[in-house]
Amino acid sequence: MTLAANRIVAGDGVASWNLAGPGVTWPGLAALATALLLGLHPRRPWLRLAGAALGLAGLVWLLAGGASALLDGAGEYARVSPGAGFWCLLIVLALLMADALAVLSPRPLIKASLLIVAASLLAVLLGSGALVDLSIMQEFASRKDAFADATLRHLGLSFGSLIAAAALGLPLGMLCHRREALRRATLPVLSFLQTIPSLAMFGIMIPLLGWVGDNVPGAQAFGIAGIGFAPAFLALVLYSLLPVVANTVAGLQGTPPATREAARGMGMTARQLLLRVELPIGLPIILTGIRIVLVQNIGLAVIAGLIGGGGFGTFVFQGLNQTATDLILLGALPTVAMALTAAIVMDILVALTRPLPESAT
Amino acid sequence: MTRALVFRAALCALLLALVLRPDWFVPVFAPFAPEGGPVIYARASLLSLSLSHLGLVVLATVAATLVAVTLAILVTRPAGAVFRPLSRTITNIGQTFPPVAVLALAVPALGFGAGPTLVALFLYGLLPIFENAVTGLAALPTATMEAARGIGLTRWQRLWRVELPLALPVILTGIRLSAVIALGTATIGSTVAARTLGEVIIAGLLTNNTAYVLQGGLVVGLFAVLLYDAMVQLETRLARRFGNLTGG
Repeated sequence: MTLAANRIVAGDGVASWNLAGPGVTWPGLAALATALLLGLHPRRPWLRLAGAALGLAGLVWLLAGGASALLDGAGEYARVSPGAGFWCLLIVLALLMADALAVLSPRPLIKASLLIVAASLLAVLLGSGALVDLSIMQEFASRKDAFADATLRHLGLSFGSLIAAAALGLPLGMLCHRREALRRATLPVLSFLQTIPSLAMFGIMIPLLGWVGDNVPGAQAFGIAGIGFAPAFLALVLYSLLPVVANTVAGLQGTPPATREAARGMGMTARQLLLRVELPIGLPIILTGIRIVLVQNIGLAVIAGLIGGGGFGTFVFQGLNQTATDLILLGALPTVAMALTAAIVMDILVALTRPLPESAT
Repeated sequence: MTRALVFRAALCALLLALVLRPDWFVPVFAPFAPEGGPVIYARASLLSLSLSHLGLVVLATVAATLVAVTLAILVTRPAGAVFRPLSRTITNIGQTFPPVAVLALAVPALGFGAGPTLVALFLYGLLPIFENAVTGLAALPTATMEAARGIGLTRWQRLWRVELPLALPVILTGIRLSAVIALGTATIGSTVAARTLGEVIIAGLLTNNTAYVLQGGLVVGLFAVLLYDAMVQLETRLARRFGNLTGG
């Protein structure tokens, strides 16, 4: 834990056992110690999972109890933020949990319910006000409306561009699947697009769209202009095309030749073959492409903050400019959480669409 | 083939001209600059920015390659097999972290400047290389490994003469991914006060000077495309060579 006089200066470290009275610290520390002991248990993944959960609870307990105790009489502008030790422990415990889960490899539905439980626990924790004294939550409180706005913008950017990319990329992928020449022409171009650094791409979009906005009648009415939402959106769509198209092609080509022959032998037309055989078989791979795009776009949408596109990036770059660490975190942590959630949800979807091994043969 | 070569040479020439003789491009960029504003970025020479940008990328990628390949070798040995599921979990989760977020999170921990950028690039660069190196080393044909053991190569010799060369194309793909990501992320590094080409773009964005933005964007974009292309060429060449060796 660090305690600072205001939000800019560096804080002084306070060790966890000096945080508050023994009534607050002992249960938390005890939970952490038990957690690490349980977590080291090599054989029983369930035990490790429980240990990690217990440890996280202890950590949060310390955080909540410590923050209010430290702020007591520390001045109006004082800020409390978790120290490096907290983040390290958080990472270690999260890894323990992820590892235990990987070993257990729960079925998709159980995984989904675990995710929902974790998300609602987090929501309850943030909503209950136990962490209100932390600096990052104070930054949040002073920007509540902006935060909601940014969240919507961020979601709009990443999901909107995903939908646009899928609408363009899936048909393009199907065409490429049919026509070898088109595939040879398209894929290298798309992978070059993917190579261009995001900031440069956003930068190049600005004059392009600015020109369109100035010269095409009616374009400005749609909000197409040099800076803001439109260039960010377009850049994200361009980045998304490669994974969508490449995975669509790979998915469709993944149909075993024997299966294709059999379908043709049954008298299926090319269209039926595509819709009833190739698409269902390729679906997991196509969805994997969409997962890549979603995770990538959530991350890239941060950079949109630089060109006035909104989203969490606004907080990150404001924070960097003001050297206000907690503002940076306010932008970065939700992004990471969003990306992780998207990845897990898409993984579950991929697992659900993957045919069972028995039926695949 | 020759047309591709000419195209590549032209791109290289354009890049060199942009970096070394930015004054030549005044008429090109002038329409984009604000009235009476500067057209060419002059606060630092593009050459020095490019050099420090590339320096960051090369340093981070080389360090990441060394560490990641060593880790991958350890994990694919029988003694390190225990750590393989854990390492896979780490790479899977790590890659869902957006590079910008890694950079942003490195600042509170390490402060501003080139240091945190380098660390963020290095950490993020580890993941693709490690993943590809593990895939490459684990997917070697069993027959080849048996043969290597059969002709009496020691473990060390097998690693150096058989496993690493065979896995090299896959490892190179990982290095390429990581280098391209590093190039892009280093651009954003200028927001945390590292000296990179992103500085030009950001300065343009802040002062509403599209000429700067285009200039920086073009230079970084060309660097990325040429780097990517060079690595792909290297990979196909190596793959062909080893393909011939194993096939014939």
